Amino acid sequence: MDLLAAIFVDPFLRMGTNPTFLIQVIWEGFVSGVLYALVALGFVLIFKASGVFNFAQGIMVVFAALALVGLHEQGIPAWPALLAAVGIMLVLAIGIERVVLRPLVNQPDIILLMATIGLTRFLVGLGEMVFGGEPKVMITEALGIPTGIWRIPLFGKNLVLKEIDMTAAAVAIAMVAFLAVFFARTKIGRALRAVADDHQAALSVGISLNRIWVIVWFAAGIVALVTGIMWGARSQVSFDLEVIALKALPVLILGGFTSVPGAIVGGLTIGIGEKIGEIYWGRLLGGGIESWLAYLIALAFLLFRPQGLFGEKIIERV
Amino acid sequence: MFYREVGQFKSTYAADMAVFPIRQDRIGIAAMLAFAVIGIPLIANDFVLTSIMIPGLIFTLAAIGLNILTGYAGQISLGTGAFMGVGAYAAFKMASAFPQVNVLVWILASGAFSAAVGVVFGLPSLRIKGLYLAVTTLAAQFFLDWCFVRIGWLTDYSSSGAIEAARRSFLGVAITGPEASPLARYFAVLGLVVFLTFVASNLVHGRIGRTWMMVRDMDIAAELMGVRLLPAKLLAFAVSSYFAGVAGAMMVFFWLGAAEPSAFGISLSFQVLFMVIIGGLGSMIGSYFGAAFIWALPVVIKFAPNLVGVEIQSATVEHVNSMIVGALIIFFLIVEPHGLARLWAVTKQKLRVWPFPW
Amino acid sequence: MRSSLPPIEKGKPILQVENISLAFGGVKALTDVSFDIVAGEVRAIIGPNGAGKTSMLNVINGFYHPQVGRVVHRGEARTGRKPHEAARRGIGRTFQNVALFKGLSTLDNIMAGRTLKMNRGFFWQCLRFGPALNEEIDHRRKVEEIIDFLEIEHIRKVPVGKLPYGLKKRVELGRALAQEPELLLLDEPMAGMNLEEKEDMSRFILDIRETFGTTIALIEHDMGVVMDLSDRVVVLEYGRKIADGTPEEVQNDQTVIDAYLGRSH
Repeated sequence: MDLLAAIFVDPFLRMGTNPTFLIQVIWEGFVSGVLYALVALGFVLIFKASGVFNFAQGIMVVFAALALVGLHEQGIPAWPALLAAVGIMLVLAIGIERVVLRPLVNQPDIILLMATIGLTRFLVGLGEMVFGGEPKVMITEALGIPTGIWRIPLFGKNLVLKEIDMTAAAVAIAMVAFLAVFFARTKIGRALRAVADDHQAALSVGISLNRIWVIVWFAAGIVALVTGIMWGARSQVSFDLEVIALKALPVLILGGFTSVPGAIVGGLTIGIGEKIGEIYWGRLLGGGIESWLAYLIALAFLLFRPQGLFGEKIIERV
Repeated sequence: MFYREVGQFKSTYAADMAVFPIRQDRIGIAAMLAFAVIGIPLIANDFVLTSIMIPGLIFTLAAIGLNILTGYAGQISLGTGAFMGVGAYAAFKMASAFPQVNVLVWILASGAFSAAVGVVFGLPSLRIKGLYLAVTTLAAQFFLDWCFVRIGWLTDYSSSGAIEAARRSFLGVAITGPEASPLARYFAVLGLVVFLTFVASNLVHGRIGRTWMMVRDMDIAAELMGVRLLPAKLLAFAVSSYFAGVAGAMMVFFWLGAAEPSAFGISLSFQVLFMVIIGGLGSMIGSYFGAAFIWALPVVIKFAPNLVGVEIQSATVEHVNSMIVGALIIFFLIVEPHGLARLWAVTKQKLRVWPFPW
Repeated sequence: MRSSLPPIEKGKPILQVENISLAFGGVKALTDVSFDIVAGEVRAIIGPNGAGKTSMLNVINGFYHPQVGRVVHRGEARTGRKPHEAARRGIGRTFQNVALFKGLSTLDNIMAGRTLKMNRGFFWQCLRFGPALNEEIDHRRKVEEIIDFLEIEHIRKVPVGKLPYGLKKRVELGRALAQEPELLLLDEPMAGMNLEEKEDMSRFILDIRETFGTTIALIEHDMGVVMDLSDRVVVLEYGRKIADGTPEEVQNDQTVIDAYLGRSH
């Protein structure tokens, strides 16, 4: 009886008696959801265009952020350092295309997935060697990102909103909107979708696979850089981010692996769901359920709708 | 010239279907076993035993487990570390609750708990495939991680949150705990790993292994041959998790002596996955190669520069190790997706016709 | 497996397809198709591309489930049954795009067909030496008979991914035969073959019927093959049945001629 009350009654009571806190929790979930969506976006870009699941997206986020901070530490001012970091991501994209993707062009997906797992390991080692393993502070002020705090009185309590969070949300939404339009309307976007569908057919209509892949990995690199800046500004830049990026997987499952709007919907669902679950129900289980709740949500989803909210139903032909 | 099969005609199907049909292979395996049982104890010092042989063998067992699930049955799993943890905690609980029963029994039994957990997390494979299934195994990994930390009962409510191996003996000789000698532990590990390799090899070379490979290569066709997919996949999860569980138990009892929950985290899962990829998916001997390679690599990186007179820091060793492993995975996937095992088979092929080029 | 089911008398229907309609979303693959297959005959299913022939076989196998209609096999309705049950009830199958197990050798692929008949449980499999190995050897003997029959001894140990297309199709036939099926469904067994290979395959198909008494349903495009091999023919076009009879009857049916020539009717 107590347990039932604890599950079905108490949490809602707590929500009702402190609505400001509830909104705060939803806001926190919203922001982390937006960041999950950004990471997921990087995956979606590459998967949509090459059918490859880029396990290394997480480490690319860390790598990009570290590159930016590292360059700044060497004395380069913020905005040129940013441009240089973009350049580094371009070089990385070209390198990956030549060394990893081109030789594996016709292999089954599982091989490519494992290759990106290997790439992750390589970049972790390289990143640690070049930039050092200790966590670093993101150059937030130098980039001109607002760092103030807004306190909004609501229902008798204060709602605390950080400007950095609001910036992150705005940037992410802008990126998603831009990419959605890009894929649907532009020539390159169409080419990317063609490549995702059928490599050989795309080749036969004259689309240069190699160039497309460099473009896509570069775009994913830019998304990774933006993600790294935002994540790093909110906490710090460290290799832990790489594992947090694995959270993008439940997001992708909910939103579908090929849908840009799906990444946002999935990200928000997971972000908010996770936070609410942890704050209001987490204490029943001793706390810390954030580490796996997202996966459980995704798993439940998969059992009922294996292709996710936005994915395409796969009909197997024999 | 040395490796020719000339004159080795097979007159029965049994001979043709043997696991090692070529006589030289049989001699080789016998020689290796003899070396492991007699040679190593004679020449190896404690360091080699505790830091190379024992963990190498334990990882081989875990790699065999993952190979069964991912290499033979084609179900990718990122949860090996957690399944190893289940075995470790199960063995710990049983050994502390029933100290009078031989610890070897508990170690072998601990795999059953892992197998049960593996089956539960394998149930989604009925409807989910490939990458999505990998996410399910991630769910298992993170959920079990949380369990290891939060469920105090698992560690007998120890204040450190870690589990320790107490002194246990076999035939009067201490094999676990602080008093157990490296040699005793080595023999225990060797015996268990050889026995379980025998079982795994039998499974994989017979009907069950073939069924798994059918499911891996084209599950639709397998189904139309009468294979019931869910039981076949669940069996793969069960057997694979069993091996991982026993390896995890051995990790605590024979190698580390104690373990915290973080020992069974996702980095362990990746480490075993790398062993399986580099060693060769779908190959028993590949598991040995892969485990040996990944385990020995940091040691080589640490000591090789010394041989040429170059100093290398231990932190750098780790970074270079990561880079080499990552690069090698990509290299192998491009050049020889079947890993070291295939390279070995190709070498044997060349040996067959040596000194001729083909 | 077949020994546990009583054989169907020659000439009696072994399978009946009744009013099958199958659609994928908006695409109608089959509409109200009915025909039967009689024990001991060679039944051809023909029609222009996209007629729904492969879909029909997939329905019989239980791989697709029709929205309307039912499949009656050996007197029992098979609606909603799973694919592995078709195999258990004696239905064997080859596929249009050869569905061999790429990682296995020819021998292992054909042994795969014996899976249903191998019963030694998990414990014996762990041990291998003893009952499990003896069972393997027994089935190996049967598989070797099939290998002899199909003349593929020389490629026994070759991984099937390396085989040329014609040999792959033959191995696939061997795998289906290993099941000792009562009813064999062949989806374009002669696709992509030259004249000599087609003659070999035709010979094998007739031999299978002679030696094992297997009923055969085959999808085929080569009219010459269809006329020579089959006892009865069913013609599909755009998912509908447009003719059903002996080869001569079908050959002279105006609707069929129109369908193949692309005339509307």
